[in-house]
Amino acid sequence: MLFDFEIQGGDFATAGNASSQIKKILKQLNVDHRDIKRIVVALYEAEVNVVAHAFGGKISAEINTTEVRIRLVDEGPGIPDIELAMQQGYSTASPEVREMGFGAGMGLPNMKKNTDEMHITSVVDEGTTVELIFFLNQTPPNH
Amino acid sequence: MENKFFHHALKVRDDQCIGCTHCMTVCPTEAIRVRNGKAVIIDDRCVDCGMCLRSCPVKAIHIEHDDFSRIFDFKQRIALVPSVLIGQFPEEISVTQIYSVLMELGFTAVYEVEHGVEILQHAMRRFMAQQGQSKPVISSFCPAVVRLIQVRFPALTENIMLLKPPLDIAAHHIKKLYTDQGIEGHEIGIFYITPCAAKIAAIKSPVGEERSPISGVINMDFIFNKIFRSIKQGGKNEACLLPEINPLTKEGVMWSLTHGEASQAQGRCLAIDEIHNVMDFLEKIENDEITDIDFLELRACDESCAGGVLAAANRFLTVERMKKRAKNQPSIHDQTAENHPQAISNYEQYLLQNISIEEVNPRSMLKLDEDMSEAMRKMNQRNKLMNVLPKVDCGACGAPGCQALAEDIVQGKAGIEQCFFIRNRQLTAGQLDMAGSTAIIQKIWGNKKLKNTD
Ligand SMILES: Nc1ncnc2c1ncn2[C@@H]1O[C@H](COP(=O)(O)OP(=O)(O)OP(=O)(O)O)[C@@H](O)[C@H]1O
Ligand code: SF4
Ligand code: SF4
Ligand SMILES: [Mg+2]
Repeated sequence: MLFDFEIQGGDFATAGNASSQIKKILKQLNVDHRDIKRIVVALYEAEVNVVAHAFGGKISAEINTTEVRIRLVDEGPGIPDIELAMQQGYSTASPEVREMGFGAGMGLPNMKKNTDEMHITSVVDEGTTVELIFFLNQTPPNH
Repeated sequence: MENKFFHHALKVRDDQCIGCTHCMTVCPTEAIRVRNGKAVIIDDRCVDCGMCLRSCPVKAIHIEHDDFSRIFDFKQRIALVPSVLIGQFPEEISVTQIYSVLMELGFTAVYEVEHGVEILQHAMRRFMAQQGQSKPVISSFCPAVVRLIQVRFPALTENIMLLKPPLDIAAHHIKKLYTDQGIEGHEIGIFYITPCAAKIAAIKSPVGEERSPISGVINMDFIFNKIFRSIKQGGKNEACLLPEINPLTKEGVMWSLTHGEASQAQGRCLAIDEIHNVMDFLEKIENDEITDIDFLELRACDESCAGGVLAAANRFLTVERMKKRAKNQPSIHDQTAENHPQAISNYEQYLLQNISIEEVNPRSMLKLDEDMSEAMRKMNQRNKLMNVLPKVDCGACGAPGCQALAEDIVQGKAGIEQCFFIRNRQLTAGQLDMAGSTAIIQKIWGNKKLKNTD
């Protein structure tokens, strides 16, 4: 099944809406709650990144019984050095963004940790595409 | 294992229900439908928050409790009272007076629930410090919240503090006190005076615990009326003084109010009351939007138990009185060695051994089907239905909104013709006749509402 959502750049009050909606869908589809948790955690970070660092974007989620693939395509400054951006603690967040409790440089590493596969492509001054892939029902019981 | 049968103390009285949809509209878990002109509660979805009862204009929803005369089945009859009971009364009426009347009514002892806090406090500290425990730790205090998490936020069940609430600790203490004196189990009747339906449900079918030591439950509004009337009629009650084991602590008095727990837990602690506020917050916690919180106190009622559905007094006045009472009580932190031998602190070792509850199981009620591909099929079908339904959320179909109806339809629990707008389209197109339409309305609303009563 396919689902599409929009993300507004700069609007921190609504950041997380798409994650909440996808979470609701996953619950209705009876996806294991441990899978839901890591999907939502990764997606929320990705969503906030678009809000914080880009001008706006789109999310498309593809859900089937074995895997969930989520693509976030944004228009924005892009990431010049993806490897550097992936490092824990690396952040270019503005003081205003930090003021709001974001900008610890933990988003991308956290996304990596919660996904089975993550692909980032980016063109400077155009935008970034992040693909998050989750294989379902592979978490051993009790974690 | 998911237990399919949950006790609910909330019952709809069919003879009084007028089928008005008020309860259906306010229920935060969409657990109510109208069938045959009467509200029907879907057991698996109900979390016993009591919102429906509050909204009912004709008092058709009530809370089933034990018959008061049942206390006389026991030789020892202990009234286990929550501190909010005292808050129900105006200040002129003293604590001693209230408890004396309880003795006059037939109890042989009065015991305050929140003595359990003295034990729980220590256990909480240990629990919070455990390695690998998911943060924030969510209090197990409010049974409506525990059930809400099970049905709506299954991923957060692992955050629930696996410790008994003060009520259960207190009940275990009482049981032990009496059995240590050689009194047999069947002679000990422990009766809890409850401020809400959720506590009854938790006692009759406990989550994460085998069986409750509590023998029966009596509604607080019922006891309040009995006590108040007796005092107003000028009973001699001040004369009968109670043997006091130990005074209740400040912290104990305040425990069931908002911030009662959060103010005593370690680290960054937050207190949130009222079920919608709780749901909004859990949504954020589940997304990991809010991190670094160590402890969450969540209560289904506004102003916590002072706002319990069985409270008789205004909740803000209750809080005021309880705060005043707390001022005169000793603090939990300066408990000295001069404890009464029967005081709960002397039973700490024993009670701590029994303080854990088992893992709380998720039992999500949001799934459209157990099987994921089937659930996907149903979701597609639901989405198609949503394009057809009017999105008015009028409730005339007997469901709380268009989406709820669509989900009922795909699960085979309702028909699309229940929607007034769809029926009108079908009538216009000649796919349905007037008699057929009337029959459908009668199935939802019964016969009465269709008759011209002038
Ligand atoms: N969608 C994006 N567009 C442009 N730059 C991005 C995007 N996502 C991440 N970045 C860059 O990568 C850096 C690291 O991202 P990461 O999410 O790890 O940290 P952060 O967003 O700065 O802080 P945190 O996520 O901890 O609040 C960001 O500071 C930013 O420079
Ligand atoms: S008690 Fe709460 S959850 Fe249960 S039916 Fe009433 S409003 Fe709904
Ligand atoms: S807040 Fe207190 S009174 Fe209200 S449902 Fe929870 S335990 Fe019961
Ligand atoms: Mg980030």
